[in-house]
Amino acid sequence: MRQDEVVEAVVRALRKAETSLPEWVLEALREAAFQERNPVARSHLQLMLENVRVAEAEGLPLCQDTGLPIFHLQIGDQARLDFDLAEAISEGVRRATREIPLRPNVVHPLTRENSLDNTGPGMPDLIVDRVKGGALRITVFPKGAGSENMSLVQMLNPADDPFEVILRAVAERASNACPPLFLGIGIGGSFDLAARLAKRALFNMPGKTNQELDLLRRINSLGIGPMGLGGDTTALGLKIEMAGCHTASLPLAINFQCWANRSATEVLI
Amino acid sequence: MSEHRLKTPLSSEDVMNLQAGDVVYLSGVIYSARDKAHLLLRKEGSPVNLEGAAVYHCGPIMKDGQVLSAGPTTSGRMARYTDEMLAKGVRAIIGKGGLPGEPFSGRAVYLAYPGGCGAIAAKQLRLKEQHLSHLGMAESLWEFEALDLGPMIVAVDAHGRDLYREVRESKTSSKNR
Repeated sequence: MRQDEVVEAVVRALRKAETSLPEWVLEALREAAFQERNPVARSHLQLMLENVRVAEAEGLPLCQDTGLPIFHLQIGDQARLDFDLAEAISEGVRRATREIPLRPNVVHPLTRENSLDNTGPGMPDLIVDRVKGGALRITVFPKGAGSENMSLVQMLNPADDPFEVILRAVAERASNACPPLFLGIGIGGSFDLAARLAKRALFNMPGKTNQELDLLRRINSLGIGPMGLGGDTTALGLKIEMAGCHTASLPLAINFQCWANRSATEVLI
Repeated sequence: MSEHRLKTPLSSEDVMNLQAGDVVYLSGVIYSARDKAHLLLRKEGSPVNLEGAAVYHCGPIMKDGQVLSAGPTTSGRMARYTDEMLAKGVRAIIGKGGLPGEPFSGRAVYLAYPGGCGAIAAKQLRLKEQHLSHLGMAESLWEFEALDLGPMIVAVDAHGRDLYREVRESKTSSKNR
């Protein structure tokens, strides 16, 4: 495969991700709008659905926060990539920023100087898996700051109940993260592995285990509602990823994702 | 819960008539401002008259003078400036996620625009002028003409009610019951 094919695939994926939502996310929003009993909450959910419809029909970014460029790359062991893949993805981000357009969000962390093209040191963020086969699968998850800012890593005491900590964190933080939320949760591993598990949990949304469904039910019983103004719908999905951890540790990470759970995938052979 | 169609500049009476939970559609001039513009206003004063103004916590996507997407940003980051903005005459702050309610009492309201609804908001705003343009697209102080910007919920009113606090406290009390 050629470098320009990757660049074009990145532009296509970003355009799709920024101007529409995956069908399963829309379905979760529709179901919530149908079930919700609080009238203000219901009207918010309906407006969110209408906003996606307008964005898709007119090719507009559905949210002005077009996010940080975060990519999940699944690279086949037979894929022939005789070019700089990271540079190809960066070029795709630069082109998408001009053409869609995206809001230039990426700044130097201390000088706050904006690169104006959504790239910078370590950005885009590439999370890579090696898989079997000859294909390259590129998934983009543009990540808005409202929800990312509410995320946390905490080193718990092994005697603590992580589910209580999650409930308390969601109760305190949800209203700033544009609920109804999707929550990526990492339990175990180490300080940094927990955070990466939480991010990867967002890639594998939604979870269907009894543990995940029970936690989701408890979060929705908090009554925080869409945008924190009250209601039955506080979270639409969550996924827990775990790793073994030290007998003296219990790392916990929660990656908040707003209702606009954007992603799109392109596969190149 | 009632619905109001208001026009800026807002009078004290406009604001005192609003109750928490009411729905507002706002027309007339509004100003976007977020982190950097607030800091600059603190240091150097405002380039525009904020008497009766509505300030929108928003960093829009603009292209060739068109508003492409312009939903609200998290107001909490600007909480440290509430008092001085209201002292400049601002009567409505628009955003998402809420602000501590005390500074609003007797003089101003906080209006919640549904977060993430940038495409709809863009259709309700026309560009008038860009102030503090050296701050860049997201951080400039944009002057917009709003055409029925909404629906917005009065989340903090001028009579001491704060819907975010009420939601948080109802959750705490139901847990303790």
